[in-house]
This record gives sequence, C-alpha cells and structure tokens, in this order.
Amino acid sequence: MATELIRQPVVERRKRPWHKRIPERWYAHVILIVAIIIMGFPVYYAGVVATQTNTQVFNYQLTPSKYLSRNWDLVVNQRQLPRFMLNSVIVAVVMTTGKAILSLLAGMAFVFFRIPGKWLVFGFVLITLMMPTEVMAIALFRLVGIQLQWGGYQAMIVPFIASATATFLFRQHFASIPSELSEAAQIDGANPLQFLWKVLIPISWNAIAALFVIQFLYAWNQYLWPLMVVQETALKPVQVGLRTLVSGTETGDSFGPLMLGAVMASIPPLLVFIFLQKQFMSGFALTRDK
Amino acid sequence: MFVVSPLILLALAALVGGGGSAWLFRRAAGAETTIRLLPWSFLNERREDGLTAFGAALGGSAAIVGALIFLGPLNFCPFALDDDGQADSLNVLMGMILFVVGALLVHTLVMRLALRWLRKERLLGALETRPGLFRGPSAWLIATVFLAPTIGILGIFLYYPMFDTFLLSTKLARLGAPRTRFVCMRNFNQLLSDADYGRTVLVSFFLAVLIVLFSLSLSLLIAQMVYRPMKGGRIYRTLLVWPYALSPVIAGIVFQLLFHNTAGVLNHMIDTLFGFKIDWLLRPDIAPWTVVLASTWNIMGFCILFYIAGLQNVPQDLLEAAAIDGANAFQRFFRITFPLLSPITFFLVVTTTTYAFFDSYGLIDFLTAGGPVEATTTMMYEVFEVGVEARNLGSAAARSLLLFTVVIGVTIMQFRFSQGRVTYGN
Repeated sequence: MATELIRQPVVERRKRPWHKRIPERWYAHVILIVAIIIMGFPVYYAGVVATQTNTQVFNYQLTPSKYLSRNWDLVVNQRQLPRFMLNSVIVAVVMTTGKAILSLLAGMAFVFFRIPGKWLVFGFVLITLMMPTEVMAIALFRLVGIQLQWGGYQAMIVPFIASATATFLFRQHFASIPSELSEAAQIDGANPLQFLWKVLIPISWNAIAALFVIQFLYAWNQYLWPLMVVQETALKPVQVGLRTLVSGTETGDSFGPLMLGAVMASIPPLLVFIFLQKQFMSGFALTRDK
Repeated sequence: MFVVSPLILLALAALVGGGGSAWLFRRAAGAETTIRLLPWSFLNERREDGLTAFGAALGGSAAIVGALIFLGPLNFCPFALDDDGQADSLNVLMGMILFVVGALLVHTLVMRLALRWLRKERLLGALETRPGLFRGPSAWLIATVFLAPTIGILGIFLYYPMFDTFLLSTKLARLGAPRTRFVCMRNFNQLLSDADYGRTVLVSFFLAVLIVLFSLSLSLLIAQMVYRPMKGGRIYRTLLVWPYALSPVIAGIVFQLLFHNTAGVLNHMIDTLFGFKIDWLLRPDIAPWTVVLASTWNIMGFCILFYIAGLQNVPQDLLEAAAIDGANAFQRFFRITFPLLSPITFFLVVTTTTYAFFDSYGLIDFLTAGGPVEATTTMMYEVFEVGVEARNLGSAAARSLLLFTVVIGVTIMQFRFSQGRVTYGN
C-alpha cells in the first residue's frame, strides 16, 4: 500500500514494457467507468429523446435528432415550463432564506441565552423531528387549503419555513463555538443583537451555506404537497408542472417534450449540488451528531 | 355501558404506574447520595420513605394522565358496548393498546425528567451551564422574540395538523362536506380487516427493505473503489453522485421512458441481445422491482457520497497493521472497515428508509401510478389516493396514523442505536 505513494522516476517509467504501464488498480477504473455509463445512460437517453419525435422514439434511435426546436417551442412557449421553473425558484429561495433566518435565531436563543423553561421549549421543537409533514398532509391540507384558503406561494412556503432539523443544525454549530466568544462580547458591552450581527453571523457563513444547499434541494424537489394544495396552473412549481407535458400534445409527440422538460427542471439542482457538494456534506455532518 | 369501567382502567394505571415509580425512586434513593432534597419537609423526615411516596404519587398521576390522553378525547368508546350489549373484541383490543401506549409514553417521559431533576442534573446538559450566556429581562425578551416564529409555525402547521389527524381518524369525514360524524375506531377496524391494505403495507416494507439493501451494498462497493486518491478521482466521484440531485419525479419520468412497454429502449436492447422481453411495468410481480431499481439509481449517489467520507476516515494504519498480521482483504473489510463504518451505515439506513416510505411518492406516481393492480401502491401513495382523490378524509387520516407508527419505529431505532451501540471510530 505504501509503495503506491512512492513516485517512480519518469525516465524509468518510459523504459517499462507496455503491460507495466497500466495503472496498478486498473480494474477499479474499469468498474467505475462501467458504473458511470450505467448510471448516466438513463439521463443521456432522456437528453437524446428530447430532440426526437415519437416516431423516432419508437424506432429506438440512440443518437440526437433535429427536432429539439420543435419540442422546445412546445415546452417553453406553449406549455410555459419557464413559468413553472420561476415558481420553483421563488418558492425555493424564499423558503430557504426564511428557514435560515428563523432557525438561526432559534438556534442562537437555545445556545446563548439563559431562559427559564428552555428545556421545555427545546423538547417542543425536538418532538417535531418525529412528525414528518407527509404523515399529516391530509390534515394540513384541510387547514391550509380549505380553512385558510391558501393556494399559491404562501401555501407552499409558510408551513415549511420553520424546521427542527434546521434549528438543530445551527444549535450544533453554535454549541461548537467556544463560549469565550460570547463572554468576551459581553465584557465588551455588546448586547445580544450586536453579538448576533457582528460576531455570530460573520462566523456562521459555512453553516448558512450548508443549510442553503440542503434546503434548496429539498424545496426544489417537493412534489406531493404542491400537487395537493396549488390549484391555479400559473402558480405550480416545476415538479408538478411537468405533469402538463405527460398528456398528448398538438404535434403528437409525448416523449420528446416530457424529456426536455425533465432535463430543464434538473439543471438548477444539479448545478447547486455539484458546485456546493462540500457544503452539502458539512450540513449533514452538523445535524447528525456532535 | 362499558366492557370495563373506565374507573377500573384508571385505577389499574395508577396502581401499576405508581408502584413502578415507587420502586424506581426507592432504588435511586438507596443507591445515590447526591439526590436532591424534596421541597416538602415532611417528606424528608425519612428520606427513602418520602421519596417512595413522592414517586408513587407522581408515577400514579402520570399513568392516569397518560391513559387519558388517547382515551379521554375518545370518551372510552373502544370499550363501549353496542346497542345489543355486545362488545367488539377488535375495538377492545385497540382500546387496550391505546391505553397501554398512552400510559407508558407519559409515564416514561415524566419518570425520566423527574429522576434527572432529583439527581440535580441539568435537563439540557452542558448547554445550560455554559459560561457567557445572556441573561436578565432584556435577554429574555429577545430570546422570546427569536423563538416565537419557530414555535408559532411548528405549533400551527405541525402540532395542530397532528392533533387534527387524530381527530379525523375517528370520524366519518369527506373532503368538501362540512359535516362529520364520530365513528370511534371504525376507520381503523376497516383497515385491519382489509386484505388490500395488508398488501399495501407489505408492498411498502418490501420496497423499503430492497431499496435499503441495494443502494447501501452497491454504493459501499463503489465507494470502496473510489475513496483512495487516484487518477481522476474527483471526476469519478462527481460523475457517480449526481443522480441524487434529481428529484424522484425526474427519476420516475426518465425510467418510465426507459422501461416503457412499447417504446422502452431497454427491452429493445434485451430483445436484440437475448431474444426476450421483460414486462417491466405491466406485471404485478415485476413492477415493484422496477420501482426498486429506479429508486436505487436515484438515492445511490447520496450513499456513495457518505460512504466515501466514511472510508476516508478509517485509519489506514489499522488496516496496514491487520495486513501485516496476515488478515486478508475480506477479513480486513468485515472486521475493521465495516464496523468502523456502522454509524454512517446506520444514518444511511434511516435516510434511505425515509426515502422509500415518503419521497418515493413522486417516482411511483410517474413510473407506475401505483399499478399494475396496486402492486406498487405504498402506504403513502394510498393516503393521497384515499384522502384527496376518493375524498375520504377519515380513512386517510387513519392510514396516516398507521404510517406514523412506522416513523416512530424508525425514530426509536435511531435513538437506540445512536446511544453508544455503534462503533464511533475514535
């Protein structure tokens, strides 16, 4: 194992016969490349179909065709997918920002304040970890959709703007900050708000970014709740909006437009996930345990 | 008229709960010297007896309250006799379950807190004794303002619907109809004697177990290949984990194209190569496997990501020492690597199970729509079908609550295992 790390001089490598030049763990490369091809194929094929007509799909054509603009016209201009994507962006950004603010404040109250009955409030938040919204979707729908008559952005955002996981993420993060920091701030005469603004937020950007990535993906991928509660087509998020592409279309193509829509809807979360992978991981590390 | 008088039930709860706590407190008083004095002096004259009496009173009342939290709002209806003076044994059984679960729940909670308080332990541990906490009335006010939105939202949009789900499950309620009727446990009774529902439960667990098994074992295998520094390691890793960012809905759409019974390119390939076709989405015995395949594809990236991180934290010198001692690769993996990974494995089991029970909804909706002949209808899928499409709120709420017991099971598992039973590396 240690020999792997020792670099062979370049000259010597040239002299070696061909079979010695194969990387030491060549089988790992082979398996990984096969795995990548298998995992990538479904989406590659979806991308190919996005440029095809139904006839071509039924002929199992594996190469791109020239009907992308026709499918594009249907998806973008007639079925208004950008409108759905805009809805998703608005919901995801507002929900994520709101969640970050509320849970940062709550996390701070749990860690840096001495208040009577803190354990009780803490227990109140802790127990909600056991109550996934899916379980009470029916009753939540009765409250939000029927009693409050919400059917748009607010129905998608407000019920989810506070969360126990996000609060615990900040609680864990703050608990790992040395207590000298808040002591020093108090000695210097800072009040809690100044401490929050001048000390806590500047040193918490990593945790905030971690929360942002996780919650953005969560919000973008939400499906069941918007499906239940949003009635007006123009306000639907993209995951639900994709359903409008399932049914037969004027051009007679169903697969191409649907796949194009699926690919388009995947781009924002993919970008966020790939570029902010580190933050994504550190967010889970924070919530998992101390 | 009742099968068992509610008073007898409450007396039973008080007796068992009080007795248990009396014993617990007496034992604690005998074993520990650091126990707090009770606030009432007459109880402290003979400390052990005082504590025993205090424990009995506290435990008894906790058990009574616990027995009442479910049965009180129901007015003890599971034990009621019907007009002919007959009792429904299924009802009585469920009443007993509610009785025991409620009493145990509140009793355990109160006992835990009381014992901690007696031992002078802080209820929140270190966070309450940290130096440098803001205190005083102004800090109070600020903390209240900081906490209020979170508490408010959780109370209105999580606690109230939870409570409403309990209420709805005992009612005959239809979506859009203003009037409801109280039917006690009938919604549950119907489910328990419904063979279709039994199959739904089986399908959910079948899918969950397979998704967990497949995604964890495959991702551990792949992570094992890619975690060490290697040429192109970063690129490999990114190309392996990205499907997780795609939503279950997208996974459902993409796989629906791939497995389509006439246009599916996969069957075309199999047909050209081997000369047969598989009815991926049409046969009730195959469709669940198709769902498992698509879900595994969707969630695997997440598992790979965490297994890579876990494998990188396994101390290499430990593995080298084992190799020097003559352990072969399999022994090194199963005796060292795998046990050290167990916290991550555990975390992934919980996440993947949650995915299989809840998030897979979007995938199933686009891939199979619960079919064929309900072969891929999960418990979650059915809640939506019954509640929103068939507009039967009461039955949907009962189904939600049965689903909730799964969540509680997973949570208990989580707490059990995270309390020191798993190896935590260093």
